[in-house]
Amino acid sequence: MAFRDGPFQDLRVPLTWAVVAAAVIAVVIALGVLVADRREAVAMAGFAGLRNSVSRSLAPVNEVLEAPVRLFGSGIEDISGYFNAVSENRRLRAQILDLERWRDEAVALRNVNTRYEALLRMKTEPPAPSVTARSILDTRGPFANARVIDAGASVGVQLGDPVLSEHGLIGRVIGVSRGVSRVLMLTDVESRTPVLVDRTNARAILTGDGGANPRLEYIRGQDPLKPGDVLLTSGDGGVYPRGLPVGVAAKDMRGAWRVRLYSDLTPIDYVRVLLFQDFSKMVDPAELSASALPPLTTAEQADRNAVLQKSAPPPPAAAEAGQATPPSPKP
Amino acid sequence: MIRKRTQALQVQGWLILPALVCLVSTVVLATPIRVFGIGLPQPVFPMVLAFVWAVIRPSILGPFALLAVGFFLDLFWGAPLGLWALALLLAYAGAVVSRSLVTGRGAFMLAMWYLSLTVVAFTAAYLTIMLRAHITPSLTDTILQFLATAALFPVARRMIDHFENADFRPW
Repeated sequence: MAFRDGPFQDLRVPLTWAVVAAAVIAVVIALGVLVADRREAVAMAGFAGLRNSVSRSLAPVNEVLEAPVRLFGSGIEDISGYFNAVSENRRLRAQILDLERWRDEAVALRNVNTRYEALLRMKTEPPAPSVTARSILDTRGPFANARVIDAGASVGVQLGDPVLSEHGLIGRVIGVSRGVSRVLMLTDVESRTPVLVDRTNARAILTGDGGANPRLEYIRGQDPLKPGDVLLTSGDGGVYPRGLPVGVAAKDMRGAWRVRLYSDLTPIDYVRVLLFQDFSKMVDPAELSASALPPLTTAEQADRNAVLQKSAPPPPAAAEAGQATPPSPKP
Repeated sequence: MIRKRTQALQVQGWLILPALVCLVSTVVLATPIRVFGIGLPQPVFPMVLAFVWAVIRPSILGPFALLAVGFFLDLFWGAPLGLWALALLLAYAGAVVSRSLVTGRGAFMLAMWYLSLTVVAFTAAYLTIMLRAHITPSLTDTILQFLATAALFPVARRMIDHFENADFRPW
């Protein structure tokens, strides 16, 4: 028996109301998913797995679809490069001269710095290896700024790894599958990056708002910033290593501090993923929360004894002897 | 002529194919290149669907197709899952409710209707992000994306002209 011939044959629902009801059901589903979604889920919880699957499956499709667009774009770049070759050459020569001066200064400073670190026995961050990847998808707009790069877990990329262009930091990895990763850009509305001002060592939080120049918030210190100050990652919180170049401070029309990102200087084609082990990855959380401290090693015990001996006050007998002994007459 | 077109138009003609075209266009415009230092525009192509589907013929399939398209946009763009699904559905619901007031009017009214619904969708997305990320997204970039989306009105108009005489039987 067909549905229309059944007991509901006289039931006539107005189409508009039926559609509105369907729309309401769909809105409720969308709201439920929106509330349940946590984009920056650290593990593969929530919809992270689904996002990674979409990125992975769309990467080869995009390779094909974008081929003519890339060809067109690179053709225009070639033509403009041809006409700007002379001025570009002049600019590059000046830049090389400037960079040579910086190179000499960097070599000298590295030498001094290495000696200081050895003298002070400083615990420095271990050097982080890196892998190079190509940016294959770029989503912009006020509500989401992310990129998909063609390097994934197969080459050692992990969640949280910092990503840099040839000019500076662009963001960090928030999703990893076998062959591709998703990078949350510094400009994304959900991006928060602890930075420091190179000149004053003041701290601030770089807050993305979907625009090209993210905001600087929670700036600490008295008059800590001037236009043109260089900003680096501070390393606070262990998300990024200290000292990655971020950008230059500038004021917007309303007088609020913003950052002109170094990474915005040129198109982002190839990127470098730092396989950086942040603090949370290096330390076992169970070890941190252990109630009893582990025993010191022999070397640590010897170091501790030496420091204690140096800082301890002189024994009373020696002090008294020092006071009782008259100063020897000068010849 | 109309008879021939009526026979050819099925669900895949006015629902599935336009949705696929919108999704492919979105993927193509996500190519990371800059032309003369400017990145490619990223309009919200499915906004055309939210408008056109309601104008051509309200259907129970429409909201769920928009839900799927919105989820795809969110997964692809890396936005919070449900953001564009919600924004598009609100625009669609607005279009369905106000349909009887505006259908049959001239192109100018149609354009104003489309722009109003686009404002509804962007306002919903803007407020959702404000509540979620505790930050006001860049107004300049929001307006730029809105303008890119508004510029798609001729596409919507063309689709409406193409389908307005078609005979859509209830599914």
